[in-house]
Amino acid sequence: MSCKQGSCGGGSCGGADRPAAEAATACHDDRDWAPASEGIVENEASRREFLCALAGCAAALAGGCSEITHTPFFQKRFRELSAEERAAFVADLEREHSARFHKPVKVGLQEAKEGVLFGYALDISRCIGCRRCVYACVDENNQSRDPQVHWIRVLEMEKEKGIDFAHANAYYEADTVPRPGHFYVPVACQQCENPPCVKSCPVGATWKEPDGIVVIDYDWCIGCRCCMSACPYGARHFNWKEPEIPEAEMNPNTHALGNRPRMKGVVEKCTFCIQRVRDGRYPACVEVCPVGARKFGNLLDPSSEVRYVLEHKRVFVLKGELNTRPKFFYFYGL
Amino acid sequence: MNSLKLFARFTTDSVRIVTRGNWMYWTWVGSLLALILVGVVAWIHQTQTGLITTSMRDQVSWAFYIGNFTFLVGVAAAAVLLVIPAYVYNWKPIKEVVILGELLAISAIVMCSLFVTVDVGHPERLWHLIPGLGHLNLPGSLLAWDVVVLNSYLILNLSIVTYLLFSLHSGKSPNKRIFLPLVLLSIPAAISIHSVTAFLYCGLPARPFWNTSILVPRFLASAFCSGPAVLIVLMQLLRRFTRFEIQSEAIWKVAELMSYAMAVNLILLGAEVFKEYYSNTEHLIHMQYMFAGVDGKVAIVPWMWLSVFASIAAFLLFLIPRTRRNPLTLNLGCALIWIGVYLEKGMGLVIPGMTPDTLGEIYEYFPSHNELLISAGIFSVGFLVFTLMVKVATPIMLGEFQRPGTTIAH
Repeated sequence: MSCKQGSCGGGSCGGADRPAAEAATACHDDRDWAPASEGIVENEASRREFLCALAGCAAALAGGCSEITHTPFFQKRFRELSAEERAAFVADLEREHSARFHKPVKVGLQEAKEGVLFGYALDISRCIGCRRCVYACVDENNQSRDPQVHWIRVLEMEKEKGIDFAHANAYYEADTVPRPGHFYVPVACQQCENPPCVKSCPVGATWKEPDGIVVIDYDWCIGCRCCMSACPYGARHFNWKEPEIPEAEMNPNTHALGNRPRMKGVVEKCTFCIQRVRDGRYPACVEVCPVGARKFGNLLDPSSEVRYVLEHKRVFVLKGELNTRPKFFYFYGL
Repeated sequence: MNSLKLFARFTTDSVRIVTRGNWMYWTWVGSLLALILVGVVAWIHQTQTGLITTSMRDQVSWAFYIGNFTFLVGVAAAAVLLVIPAYVYNWKPIKEVVILGELLAISAIVMCSLFVTVDVGHPERLWHLIPGLGHLNLPGSLLAWDVVVLNSYLILNLSIVTYLLFSLHSGKSPNKRIFLPLVLLSIPAAISIHSVTAFLYCGLPARPFWNTSILVPRFLASAFCSGPAVLIVLMQLLRRFTRFEIQSEAIWKVAELMSYAMAVNLILLGAEVFKEYYSNTEHLIHMQYMFAGVDGKVAIVPWMWLSVFASIAAFLLFLIPRTRRNPLTLNLGCALIWIGVYLEKGMGLVIPGMTPDTLGEIYEYFPSHNELLISAGIFSVGFLVFTLMVKVATPIMLGEFQRPGTTIAH
């Protein structure tokens, strides 16, 4: 792998209170989703050095304070910014976050690549409900620890009832998983081709990128939560207070439309780890899954893993009757 | 005198009217100002801490504020729809009914805007909704449509009322060719604000409880009950404390119409209840949560039954001629209708729609203290705006402001 791990993107981030995350055995650390990373690697080292210096200056100026993010009042919509304006915008963000977290923070602008449409497949018969994906996601994507924001919800369901949300339990506690008679359905953003959340947003603060990822402009979102009412998958989460991210655990490898630290009063959601997948890497949840239940790749590439699953397994989507057309598929691999 | 001078005098006279009043007036205004102050303090606390000061969470992400917003859109719509019976039955104080209805509509829209403002995570970013300056997501977003129709409605009503009052104040007879088209335009506008607000909910397939086409007629029917209830009380107050002449027949007619509207409302509710319980699909659970509770979670159940019984009782009181003509039972009926519709449109629509959430989780919502304080503050703003406007409008409508040398054509 091209080894651009930010801080704790991989499978070694289990906290004491979590199901012990032993070295993930069946994970994808050794490979990228992209066939032979086509020149994605940038001049990372020099960028880091530069940012370090920058952060030092900013921290000195700010007296090392940990100011929370404030959007300039007349900040334009991200989609309307020119290339130069975007660069200046992320430079400001990098300065601010580097000073706040006392480490060089990168806020990437990596754009969608032509010929790429991301898709995800999850093997229901392999998932054991260990929730490692939940916490790897929290770490990778700088979700708030207090109050806890989880982009992935693992639902425990009864085998007798099948997929039945009304009797699902997201708060199961168990010494060992899987529990007899149960199976597990992790749910996050389904990256719909026909996303009801995007349609409902009154200010156009959320949209579908050309590679299929639904993203949010955190500086444009007014926090009305129409998208949360519109989402059939409970995938969108609101910052009810200022999110808390421990300095040491903050992942400095971020994307402007993804895991950069958010402010209170805006909505956030899974982006397939946009900061990783646009660099040819796997999402953190795919890497950490100890049973290899999670598959990811380019739907337009006939040789991709996800295409293999679509062609050789029987897949289904959640709430297909709503015509949201998810790009997140579930299948029974065994 | 040119119009500008006349308008300046209209403004100064208005200010003079609202700053003069007896002890009852000042006690009322003072109490409202005190409640507004409490609401402002609570709102500052909310903006600084975040919406975690409310009881809303990801599972129930719209609640009391949006419920109040929905209810008040109904009040705003129905106040103006009263113009229709006023014309059809040719009531004597027709201009006055129109003016009072529009004043109520304006106050309700002010409260609606405030409820949306306190509900959003970033009120300072609301300018993003202004087309040109921001980005209004039309035609996709129903909230964007709601912003358009609510603001148009507000501007329309403000124009009509200002024009009518200003004309009467200057001793001129309002030009029918100016105000009548506007009044007629305000009728479809009233229907549109309520329909679009219903679409905001029923356009969401993610929420089966809301995703029903019967929602628009239900909204209109319940609005026809709640809005006029305020006007009936107000007309009686004006009749008692001013020289305002309102025929009792007009009031009774409104009460009678309200009983029909309530009958339609109850029939539509019954149709929903039948459909859910008889077909008994997984979607039934929302209605079960509303009327019976699920897994011992019964926070809103008593309120929903109170709403049903209040609505039925009010329907009977207004249906029976003797009870709608008796001032005591008439006003009791108004209070019951207000309670019935407020609970049904507020808590009864929003909370069961969100409980259980889309993944089946039941989070029991009940408004927090801070939410209640902010809401009380907003209602106080609405009552204050309404009080001040009625205070100005009443003497003008009674012709107490005739300038020497001018006469009002009655």
